[in-house]
Amino acid sequence: MRPGWIERIDMRLRTAAGPALRSGAASALSRLGDAADALHEHLARARKRGLPLIVLLAWRNLFHDRVRLVTTVIGIVFSVILVTVQIGLYLGFERMVTTMIDHADADLWIVPKGTRNFEDPSLLDDRQRFRALSIAGVADVAPLVLGFAEWRRPDGGATPVFVVGSDPRGGGLGPWNVVEGRVDALATPFSVAVDRSYFGRLGVRGLGDAGELRDQKARIVAVTSGIRSFTTTPYVFAAYDRARAYMNTPADRATYFLVRLRPDADATAVRDRIQGNIADAEVLTRAEFRERSRSFWLFGTGAGAALFGGALLGIVVGTVIVAQTLYSSTKDHIAEFATLRAIGSSTRYIVEVILWQALLSAVVGFLLATAAGVVIVVLTADSALPVVMTPGLVLGLLVLTVVMCAVSAVAAIREVVRIDPATVLSR
Amino acid sequence: MTAATTPIVEAVDVEKTLGEGAGRVQALRGVSLALKGGELTLLMGPSGSGKTTLLSILGGMLTPTRGTVRLAGETTTGAGPETLARLRRTHVGFVFQSYHLFPTLTAIENVRLVLDVRGEHGEDAPERAAAALATVGLAHKHHAFPRELSGGEQQRVAIARAVVGRTAALFADEPTASLDGDNGRAIMTVLADIAKDPRRAVLVVTHDPRTLPFADRIVRIEDGRIVAEEAGAHAGPAPREPAPNESASPKSVSPKSVSPESVSPESVSPESASPESQGSPHAP
Repeated sequence: MRPGWIERIDMRLRTAAGPALRSGAASALSRLGDAADALHEHLARARKRGLPLIVLLAWRNLFHDRVRLVTTVIGIVFSVILVTVQIGLYLGFERMVTTMIDHADADLWIVPKGTRNFEDPSLLDDRQRFRALSIAGVADVAPLVLGFAEWRRPDGGATPVFVVGSDPRGGGLGPWNVVEGRVDALATPFSVAVDRSYFGRLGVRGLGDAGELRDQKARIVAVTSGIRSFTTTPYVFAAYDRARAYMNTPADRATYFLVRLRPDADATAVRDRIQGNIADAEVLTRAEFRERSRSFWLFGTGAGAALFGGALLGIVVGTVIVAQTLYSSTKDHIAEFATLRAIGSSTRYIVEVILWQALLSAVVGFLLATAAGVVIVVLTADSALPVVMTPGLVLGLLVLTVVMCAVSAVAAIREVVRIDPATVLSR
Repeated sequence: MTAATTPIVEAVDVEKTLGEGAGRVQALRGVSLALKGGELTLLMGPSGSGKTTLLSILGGMLTPTRGTVRLAGETTTGAGPETLARLRRTHVGFVFQSYHLFPTLTAIENVRLVLDVRGEHGEDAPERAAAALATVGLAHKHHAFPRELSGGEQQRVAIARAVVGRTAALFADEPTASLDGDNGRAIMTVLADIAKDPRRAVLVVTHDPRTLPFADRIVRIEDGRIVAEEAGAHAGPAPREPAPNESASPKSVSPKSVSPESVSPESVSPESASPESQGSPHAP
């Protein structure tokens, strides 16, 4: 009865290992074999029994009326897609508004007081940088300049861009996902890196093409993929000094200082020490700056409320549709539920039938909606606002769908628990 | 027949009032009745006489306004819906006039459903359901859906569903009303065979005179009262035992007053129709 592979491993161990190991391994294999036997018998019994009758009844009740099933599934799919898109947009939005912070090589950020988000530039005095460098635990402080500038296209015309300047050799915030060219080429004069998704806006076709920023040449030496701005203004990466020249930023000024800590430093303690040593600036951990940017865009602008409102609407619409179809399905099968009651079914059994109907609807609807969600993710991947699906979102949507369908079953359950079994005698 | 002495179902001085206010109706007035194992009892009476109400009360679907009902020794007095449901699934099998099979389930699944409701999901459940279908002569129709069965076959599936739980009481509500003569006789033959088991009492509510030849006992009800009890054509010579605390004084009617028809077992073998060889927990 024991599977052959266990016997083979057992024989190899008996011949290859010493007596003590052989004894322990044989005992472990024996237990493993017993567990395998028990599992095998359990599965054989389950196969013999087939689908539990209560699940079969729920399934057949659902599939008995194909039109109603299609209506139910469409309702669930519509609802889940709506929630997927809204939450997916939220995740994409969140990822975009913090992408620069996430890719910066910084443990702490020194930012001008009152900074609300990454793209909210005002200037810090360079002396703050040296004060920070004097604090124990600080390994390095890199300046970062950024700001709006006007990109003059090669074919004439202009478009605003957001210039990001840091030392390409000294960490800070350089371009990533480089698909053409090299980052260190930014050290050469009048060089910039742009994302290929903005080629059209910038009037360029690829590596080597050039535009102008403040009447200075800006030649593309590196091309990135997927670095998109939520504000739709293209990012243009440049070396620190070049960026200052493009934006006419004074030499003793920078937008942010990016602090890298020594490996053994306590970030919060160092943050407090720097904060005590500088004025007119705030020192934020990476998480704090992310949260500040995220909160500003999502809640300060109302964009988050709109996304959450849409998701909530999806849940409400889905719940109402599923509730309505489950209720009318239950009404159609009311004579059968009365018969169940008459033959002695407990309320719990009947409730289980309805909940199984709800669960099966949820699973079918969820699978279709998830497939549609994947298509939406692919289609929007290169758009200004991509829909993002994470494993957590998929799991959350499954739980949400099941809960939504279970809540939808309440009205149907209320209907069946009031059934008078004696009605079957008069029908 | 070999009626047992201890009643399986017993109603004592039962009254039932239905409705409220101006719509209030006294459906049963002091009914006492005992159903014993090994006996097929016909409950007959005109429309509105209280037959269905009495069946509902004896079967644990309703509780009496006054009086007592005992199902296999357990009283229904004061029982809530869940307790009544437990009493029904433990002690009672029902056969309904309109069959009430589940249209989405096959014959064998319809029969298995009773076991499932009772929490009997074991490996033997399909075999028990198959045996119950064989008992009613439908061994070859396991996988047929109700729409694929004739009225008589559907009613036989309903009987298999009623007996598969090995309950002590089997109640049938107008089981032949929707059937032609042959099918009606076949159904009654099956019920009469089930009633041969001394551990099982069978009560048939009917208007149908074709059922008379199968009765061990006939109870007539009018205006909520039992007005007559008589031995049926199927009964042996033993005199009927009066039910305890019987309030009404039914007239005794000679079995000869009914006109038995010849009974054709047709496709159903009377011997094979003995419900189960297994013991019942409520066997006397």
